[in-house]
Amino acid sequence: MTEENHNGPSRRAFLTGAGAVAAGTLAGKASAETDPAIAIKPWMQELGDGVDVSPYGMPSPYEEDVKRRTVEWLTADPVSSINFTPIHALDGTITPNGVCFERHHSGVAKVDPAEHRLMINGLVDRELIFTMEDLMRFPRENHVYFLECAANSGMEWRGSQLNGVQFTHGMIHNVEYTGIPLRLLLEEAGVKTEGKWLLAEGADAAAMSRSIPMEKALDDCLVAFKMNGEALRPEQGYPVRLVVPGWEGNMWVKWLRRLEVGDQPWHHREETSKYTDLLDDGTARRFTWEMDAKSVVTSPSPQAPITHGPGPTVLTGLAWSGRGTIPRVDVTIDGGITWHKARMSGPSTPKALHRFYYDFEWDGSPLLVQSRAHDSTGYVQPTKDQLREMRGLNSIYHNNGIQTWAVDADGKAENVEIS
Amino acid sequence: SPLAAEPLGLGRPATPEEVAVWDIDVRPDGLGLPEGSGDVATGDGIYTEKCSACHGVFGEGAGRWPVLAGGQGSLTDARPVKTVGSYWPYLSTVFDYVHRAMPFGDAQSLTDDEVYAITAYLLYLNDEVDEDFVLSSENFTEARLPNEEGFVPDDRMEIEFPAFSKEPCMTDCKPEVEITMRAAVLDVTPEETAAKEAAEKAE
Repeated sequence: MTEENHNGPSRRAFLTGAGAVAAGTLAGKASAETDPAIAIKPWMQELGDGVDVSPYGMPSPYEEDVKRRTVEWLTADPVSSINFTPIHALDGTITPNGVCFERHHSGVAKVDPAEHRLMINGLVDRELIFTMEDLMRFPRENHVYFLECAANSGMEWRGSQLNGVQFTHGMIHNVEYTGIPLRLLLEEAGVKTEGKWLLAEGADAAAMSRSIPMEKALDDCLVAFKMNGEALRPEQGYPVRLVVPGWEGNMWVKWLRRLEVGDQPWHHREETSKYTDLLDDGTARRFTWEMDAKSVVTSPSPQAPITHGPGPTVLTGLAWSGRGTIPRVDVTIDGGITWHKARMSGPSTPKALHRFYYDFEWDGSPLLVQSRAHDSTGYVQPTKDQLREMRGLNSIYHNNGIQTWAVDADGKAENVEIS
Repeated sequence: SPLAAEPLGLGRPATPEEVAVWDIDVRPDGLGLPEGSGDVATGDGIYTEKCSACHGVFGEGAGRWPVLAGGQGSLTDARPVKTVGSYWPYLSTVFDYVHRAMPFGDAQSLTDDEVYAITAYLLYLNDEVDEDFVLSSENFTEARLPNEEGFVPDDRMEIEFPAFSKEPCMTDCKPEVEITMRAAVLDVTPEETAAKEAAEKAE
């Protein structure tokens, strides 16, 4: 690395700033030693927007990079497709509603809540129909949960492919849901003794349907109508969706219109053709519901390089498990020769995202960065090679293998695999 | 009911007519199948008109649209071809899914008999029946798909958990590390101005 490159960012920032100041009122007082940002800026003099300008606010225009992105070649059509949460740019644990990733099978259903109904039928004492007004009268609860697409990191089974944590790990979001325990709705209908399975079905043109065992339905599932305090976004199932904590995102049926109680699973398309995991011997696992413990370093990462040069550096990332909490995350910066226990920060609840940090002094030499999650069951996040040994290369879903970023001496990061 | 709680009395009874409008699901044991029938030739006509533009004339799939036929015996190949004939366990899923969600963009536009006919034609495309085959609510559950026994329960807790729950190494875990694969070699990541600029800023 040359001296000029090394000083590049700060020098460029200085020159740009100096140009702006030269046009300003204090140009004559600027000197080489004075930070041009220490000046009377327009926003210190002019009036800003009034409180009536932005009834529903958007992020600063300087944050325009923080947005959902898609990968066109992944799917045949943008209507049955996926986009990705910009986790490279977020911090904490809560995902802002506007950037929560989307996965639709027939696009975003435009549901009028006044004309939306939830039906419960099948092996129940009373087949029922609820309006949204009815649903708002049930006792409700608030819980923070991650929703991870079963296919998150699925493109990486054969090796490093997409160069950004948004693309390799961004089929995930984590919000606070307000909803009715599914148990209360089922009690209202009265599940018959032989009712062992539940079919959840959406109101969109895909009529997304999944079979859920009754134990899970009665345990911690929610019928949610709010996320992070406000109504569900249309792309997240407005006006009502199923929340299936810890389990693969496909089961979180959006635009929920019907719950049927039965004595067997339905083996519908999304649990036979899709969301089954082909193994090396040609058999496939079905009903792989739980999302195993997983973590990833979100910064530094290919979209979030180190730009400040050597010295104090914040490494951060996310960890989660569909089976409980994350008591511990290990981090390495030398490709796994030495590991360090990361510092957990923020809320730490079951089946939710957990934030970790590793604050270190970067000496400017290349890094091989990884994180390794431990969950409350004692499970330790495996390497990709360990998973491949168990499953082969064609299981598509449930890739929770350890991710590696190679950071070069300039601070640029790349998605790599290592020995 | 095994659930003892007192109902709140919210909602109203669903009429059988209302349930019939929305409850169209079909199970492998045939529960939910409507009365009706359709033959391969009729299915060919409907398929050619309403399905082949995306799924190909022979179910081979156009562009990235799903392949519906072929691929038998490919599940242990390096690149398996997973179709109705090679992978799907139950014919009921074909009927249910076509009925509820196809054609893409015009879901729930097919009559029950049309769905029987298309299902019969998909069996024919997969070499499972002859060209004079008639599928009906009567003989439906006799038709079996080749990969019905190809699925196993989720055994991660038995197979994987014991291997993945050991206290891992923390120091001197390996003598050296080598990069074995790089995403930049493939170069298939979408270019985004701001993200690219951020990356270049570090150069």
